[in-house]
Amino acid sequence: MSGKPAPLSPDSVPLSALRAGEVGIIATLSGGHNLRSRMLTLGLTPGAEVTVLQNYGRGPMIVRVRDARVALGRGEAEKVLVRRRAE
Amino acid sequence: MSVRTVPETVAPPVVGERPILVALAGQPNVGKSTLFNLLTGLHQHVGNWPGKTVERKEGHFTFNGASYRLVDLPGTYSLTANSPEELIAREFILRERPDVVVAVVDAATLERSLYLVAELLPLPAPVIVALNMMDVARQEGIQIEPEVLQAALGVPVVPMSATHGVGVPELLETVERMARGELPYTPRLPQIRPDHREVLETLEERIAGYVPEPYPREWVALKLLEGDTEVTQMMRAALPLERWEEVHAVLRAHDDAQVAVASGRYEWIGRMVRAAVTRPRLGQIGLTERLDRWATHPVWGLVILASILGLVFWLTYTVGAPLQGWLEKGIGALAEGVRGLLTGAPAWLSGLLADGVIGGAGAVLTFLPILVIFFAAMAFLEDVGYMARAAYVMDGLMHLIGLHGKSFLPLFLGFGCNVPAILGTRVIESRRARLLTILLAPLVPCTARMAVIVFLAPAFFGPAAPLVSWGLVLLSLGVLALTGIVLNRVLFRGRRSAFIMELPLYHLPNWRTIGLSVWQRSLSFVRKAGTVILAVSVVIWALSTLPGGSAGESYLVRLGKFLEPAGRLMGLDWRLTVALLSSFVAKENSIATLGVLFRAGEEGLAGMLAATYSPLVALAYLVVQTLFIPCAATVGAIRQETASWRWTLFSVGLLLVISLLAGMVVFQVGAWVAKGV
Repeated sequence: MSGKPAPLSPDSVPLSALRAGEVGIIATLSGGHNLRSRMLTLGLTPGAEVTVLQNYGRGPMIVRVRDARVALGRGEAEKVLVRRRAE
Repeated sequence: MSVRTVPETVAPPVVGERPILVALAGQPNVGKSTLFNLLTGLHQHVGNWPGKTVERKEGHFTFNGASYRLVDLPGTYSLTANSPEELIAREFILRERPDVVVAVVDAATLERSLYLVAELLPLPAPVIVALNMMDVARQEGIQIEPEVLQAALGVPVVPMSATHGVGVPELLETVERMARGELPYTPRLPQIRPDHREVLETLEERIAGYVPEPYPREWVALKLLEGDTEVTQMMRAALPLERWEEVHAVLRAHDDAQVAVASGRYEWIGRMVRAAVTRPRLGQIGLTERLDRWATHPVWGLVILASILGLVFWLTYTVGAPLQGWLEKGIGALAEGVRGLLTGAPAWLSGLLADGVIGGAGAVLTFLPILVIFFAAMAFLEDVGYMARAAYVMDGLMHLIGLHGKSFLPLFLGFGCNVPAILGTRVIESRRARLLTILLAPLVPCTARMAVIVFLAPAFFGPAAPLVSWGLVLLSLGVLALTGIVLNRVLFRGRRSAFIMELPLYHLPNWRTIGLSVWQRSLSFVRKAGTVILAVSVVIWALSTLPGGSAGESYLVRLGKFLEPAGRLMGLDWRLTVALLSSFVAKENSIATLGVLFRAGEEGLAGMLAATYSPLVALAYLVVQTLFIPCAATVGAIRQETASWRWTLFSVGLLLVISLLAGMVVFQVGAWVAKGV
């Protein structure tokens, strides 16, 4: 995984598109410098594995990353692009 | 091992030898406060960091005959200049050079909590890792070998459980030996990802010789790459223009380096924990995830939240209100006693002491029972980990008024009393969101305002009184929502801070932590807000008795008569205007003031008022009173929390305009409708 903005591969989707129970590998983060900084600090780095714990299709969602549970607003979750991990 | 192994006595100051300075660092929710309270007990001082509204806790303790000064750094996830807390923590370590930094990490979320350690190690102070919550990790099925972690990190690692007092003596011994330089200290530092190593070296070379004291050069280079605003500004000022432009060009070409730096730290963490941690088998579901299926559910989560808040209200009314009543009676008796003792003294003296000082101090004290209950409820919900869930389920609704979930609980507390609501906004990290919440909090009708409504409404509206009261509450909340939308647009141009937060593991409450938090917050309220209330009540007392000594021709009455033309626009005569003004000391004062002006006890007053004023006037009065400037205690709290007279005056002015406008609309429209009928 390189630090350059990865080309949008067809298989990367916004984190908000994953259903509860699905697992994704983070590909890229978009959004402003501060938002990215907060996401990175909480462990949402490219290559990290994210398990969606709750996603009702609207409102905020909960994911597990590096053993911790992180709540994200929908707008924030849309800025995290992930690759779905095949089950 | 019991908690008592920790000595709790105050050390006599050691002559000629300064106490060992220990800084306590850690991310939020890792049990840092529990450890701080365990070590210092009541020997702690809570204030603010200079020039900031961030709480600063410092305490002292002795161990093996040596005295220690313990500074609790703000809980932060990292040390990048994202928030004042992060700046405070790193500046303290860089400038004060503590003898030892104790980094508290949560064993149950080890990777994430080691991120702060990755940021602490490059700073010039030795770090000891306190591996806290070992019991919680075990519960979650996570096995950690501290010796393996210690060997990997190259710094001492002490396994412990602050909640149960386990491992604390071992931690103190390690701190002692580290401070004496008896322990090997060979930290293995995190490296930036290999693809950015070259650019980091270039930067270091470019800034060499220009880095101001006390900042380490390598650290500054790394922070520049991370895009740290403070460090960037500092170096722009420190470097000659040409050199800065070179550096700036390098930084612009690597604006994605932020990701490389953070990833580098997490890769380092991965190497550190690989051998030391055994994870649970896949598919094992912990207690937290089972509870969260309910607590964060879009429907059940709201039901649970509503029940918990209902319980808090119930507690306030069944426990807090009677206590408040007793205190009021006790203070009344004390005032009478003082009056009795001072029968020979001049009337102004006994009046000043009994009505001004004791009355004012009494107003502060009678707030306490409700405050204590709310502080305890807040501390409890925070400590067990529920607060984050409440913020999560309310996020959607709070979006509508330009805020997010974290503002909900402080606003809710406003129903009890606006003061804890404003103090409670400390949970909101973003300054903008916090300010907006503080500005909106006084629009939540508190119990004192409800008391006035409950007293007056039945006399004027009979069976419709509950409906009117309910309408007034809805009006307040409607105005709150509208003000939120407008302020957010006008003042903050619709910018909304990002909603991203950790949901900590649930755990059993630590009563010591809760108790100390309640004690500290109450004390701080009495000290700071208390002085404002006392001063204001003495002033109001003076205005209401001077110059004649009788309430009939006092300055307050003259002021009321002077303001009557303005009051008339809302249908208020001078007596209602005076009552409104006096509500500034405490909302329920307006009833007492009307009692004085009508020369009636509370029993007869309602009837006399109903005979004097029309229901429309009463309605207009209630609307103004409900939306009016908050009481002196709340204004004191706003001043304390915004640390700005400008915002405090803005808040007062805003509410003044809103309440007077609303009163005018109600009265004028009502009169016009009545004429038409």
